[in-house]
Amino acid sequence: MEETGIGIWGVPLAILAGAIRVSTPFIFVSLGETITERSGRINLGLEGTLVFGAMTAYAVAVMTNSPWLGVLAAMATGAIFGLVHGWICKWPKVNDIAIGIAMMQFGLGLAFFLGKSFIQPAAPHLPSIPFGFWSSLPQIQAALNINVLFILGALLAFGLWWAFGNTRVGLILRVVGDSTDAARAMGINPDRVRLLATALGGSLAAIGGAYLSLYYPGSWNEGISSGQGLMAVALVIFARWNPIGCFLAALLFGGAGALGPALQSIGMTQGYYLFYAAPYVLTLIIMIATSSPTRSLAGAPGALSLTK
Amino acid sequence: MTVQANDPPMTVAEKPASLRPMLEWIARRTEPVVIGLSAILIGLGLFSLFILMIGKSPAMLFQLMYTGGFGSWFSVQNSLSRAAPLLLTALCVALPARLGLVIIGGEGAVVLGGVAAAAMAMPLVGTVPALPSLVLMAIAAMVVGGGWIGLAGFLRHYRGVNETISSLLLSYIAIALMNQFVEGPLRDPASLNKPSTKPLPADHMLGNIPGMDVHWGLAIGILACILSWVLIEVTSYGFAARVAGGNVRAAQIQGLPVGRLIAGFTAIAGSFAGLAGMIEVVAVQGSANASLAAGYGYTGILVAFLARHNPLAIIPVAILLGGIDASGGLIQRRMGLPDATVLVLQGTLFIVILFCETFYGRFKIFNPDLWKRSY
Repeated sequence: MEETGIGIWGVPLAILAGAIRVSTPFIFVSLGETITERSGRINLGLEGTLVFGAMTAYAVAVMTNSPWLGVLAAMATGAIFGLVHGWICKWPKVNDIAIGIAMMQFGLGLAFFLGKSFIQPAAPHLPSIPFGFWSSLPQIQAALNINVLFILGALLAFGLWWAFGNTRVGLILRVVGDSTDAARAMGINPDRVRLLATALGGSLAAIGGAYLSLYYPGSWNEGISSGQGLMAVALVIFARWNPIGCFLAALLFGGAGALGPALQSIGMTQGYYLFYAAPYVLTLIIMIATSSPTRSLAGAPGALSLTK
Repeated sequence: MTVQANDPPMTVAEKPASLRPMLEWIARRTEPVVIGLSAILIGLGLFSLFILMIGKSPAMLFQLMYTGGFGSWFSVQNSLSRAAPLLLTALCVALPARLGLVIIGGEGAVVLGGVAAAAMAMPLVGTVPALPSLVLMAIAAMVVGGGWIGLAGFLRHYRGVNETISSLLLSYIAIALMNQFVEGPLRDPASLNKPSTKPLPADHMLGNIPGMDVHWGLAIGILACILSWVLIEVTSYGFAARVAGGNVRAAQIQGLPVGRLIAGFTAIAGSFAGLAGMIEVVAVQGSANASLAAGYGYTGILVAFLARHNPLAIIPVAILLGGIDASGGLIQRRMGLPDATVLVLQGTLFIVILFCETFYGRFKIFNPDLWKRSY
C-alpha cells in the first residue's frame, strides 16, 4: 500500500478510471438506441452490431494501418445492419423484439465467421489524450488518459439532447415516435424516419464496438463483448430516453463494473463475482422502483412496443 | 362430418358445400406449413449465396449437414442429445408467449437450475439412493428456475417492469451468481483450471434411454412439450392464458385472474429451463460449471419462434436445430469453415422465418373467410 502512494484513495480513483474506460461502448450503443427508440422502434440486435463493428474495425485497421478508417468501416456496417433491421420491421405482424434477437445472433455468427483470421495480428490503437500530465502519480496519469472516442461520445450526448429539443429533425423524430398517425397527418413518412433512425442507431453502436477492439481491451476475440450491446438497451430505459441521462448512466455502469476489480486490488476478494452483477442489479432495482403497472414510463415514446 | 338421421336428403347442388368444412380445415392447417417451409427454403437459399460468396460449395455443405445431423444412427442420436435441452428452453419462451410476454432470459434459469441441482446433490450423495436424489435435484432446479423467470412475470404484472429487459438482466445476474457459487462455497478443491462443483458419482448420473445412446433428458423434454400442449390447448387455464394474451383488458373484464396466470405461466416456463440446467449437470457435465452458460437459453428462443410457440411443433424444430448443431463439427473439419458457420445459418433462418410472419393471412387460398368473394 505504501508504494502506491495513494492507498485507500486508489478505490475511487480506480472506479473513476474504470468508469471512463468501460463506459464508452455503453455511451455509443445507448445513444444509438435512444435515437432508434425515440422513433418508436426497438432494436435488440445492437449486441450483434456492436460485435460485428468491433470485428470490422479491427480487420480494417489491421489492413489499412489506420484505426480511424476502421471506425468508419464499422459505422458503415452498423448502418447496413440497422437498415436491414429497419426494413424488415416495417412490415406488418413482424415482431421487432424477436427480429432484434435474430439480428443479434446473425451479427455474432457473421462476426465470428469472418473474424476468425484476425485473432492473431495486432491492430493500431485509437489515440488517447493524457489529461493527467499535471500529476506525478502514475495512477492518476493512467486514470486520466482519456480516449478521443469518450470525448466524442460526451459531445454527441449533449448534441443529441439539444437536437431532440431544438431542431426540425428532432421534432420529426419525436412525432414519429409518439404517434404514427400524427406523423402521417403531418405528411411525414414514419417508415422512412424509423428506417433512418435504426440505421443511425446501428452505426453509432458499431462505434462502440470499434472502441472495444481498437482501444479497450484493444484486441479482437469472440468474447470481446460481455453483453454491452444488450445492456445498453436496458440503460436507455434507465436513462428515460434522454441522451444526457444515457451518458451519465453509462458512466455509472462503467463505475459499477469497475467496483469489483478495484476492491480486489486493495485486497477485498469476498464476493468478487457478485460485483460483476452490480450494474445489472442496479438497473433492475431502478426499473422496479420507477415502473408502474398502470401508466407507461415517463418520457417513453408513445409508439414504442416495449412500453405498451 | 356426421350425418344426422333427420337431415334432409342431399341434393346435387349442396354436395360441394358439404366438402367445405373439410377444405376450410385443410386450408387453415396448410398455411403455417407452407409459409414455414417456404421460409426455411428462402433462408437456406440466402445462406447458400453467402457460402458461394466465400467460395465454397453449398451443395457439399448441405450434404455434410445431413450426414452430420441425420445421416447415420450415430449422428441421429447425437442430434437427439443436443435437442434435449432445447426442448425445455424453448418451452421457457413459448409458454409466456401465449400470454403475450417475450421472455429472453431462459439462460439464467438454466444456469441457476444447474447450480441448484449440484448444491442439492451435496448432502444427498452417499446418504440417499440415486433415484430419490435425482428427483430432489430436479425439484430444486425447477423451484429455482421457476422462481427466477416467475419473478420476471411477477414484476411485469404487479410493477409494470418490461419482462424482456428484466429477464435479460436476471439472466446476467444468474451467471454472476453461478460464478460466485462455483468459485466460492460450492467449489470442488480438486477442480483447478476449470472451477466446478464436486463431480457426481456415476450412479447419480441420468442414464441413457434403453437401446439408445441418448440420455433420458430427451424423453423428459418431449414429455414436457406434450404436457405444455395439453396445458395450453386442453385445459381452461390454457384457454384463459390465450384470452389474456390476445387482450389483457378483455380478460380482466371477464374476471380472469390475469396476474396469477402470468406469474404461474412464467414460473412453469422457468421451471422447465431450470430442469434443462439440471439435466445438463446430471446427464452431460457431471458437475455445475461455467459450461452451463452454453447458449441453450438463446437457441431456445429461436426454437420457440420457429415453432410459432406451439409446444408440439417445438419437438421437430428442436431436433432439426440439434441436428444443425451436431453437424457443425463435421463441416468444420471437412470444409475448413469456422464453427460459427452454424450460427450464421441459424441467424439467417431466424430472420427469414420471423420476416415471413408478415405473409400470414395475406393469401386468399389459406383464408376460407375470403373464399366467397373469390369467385
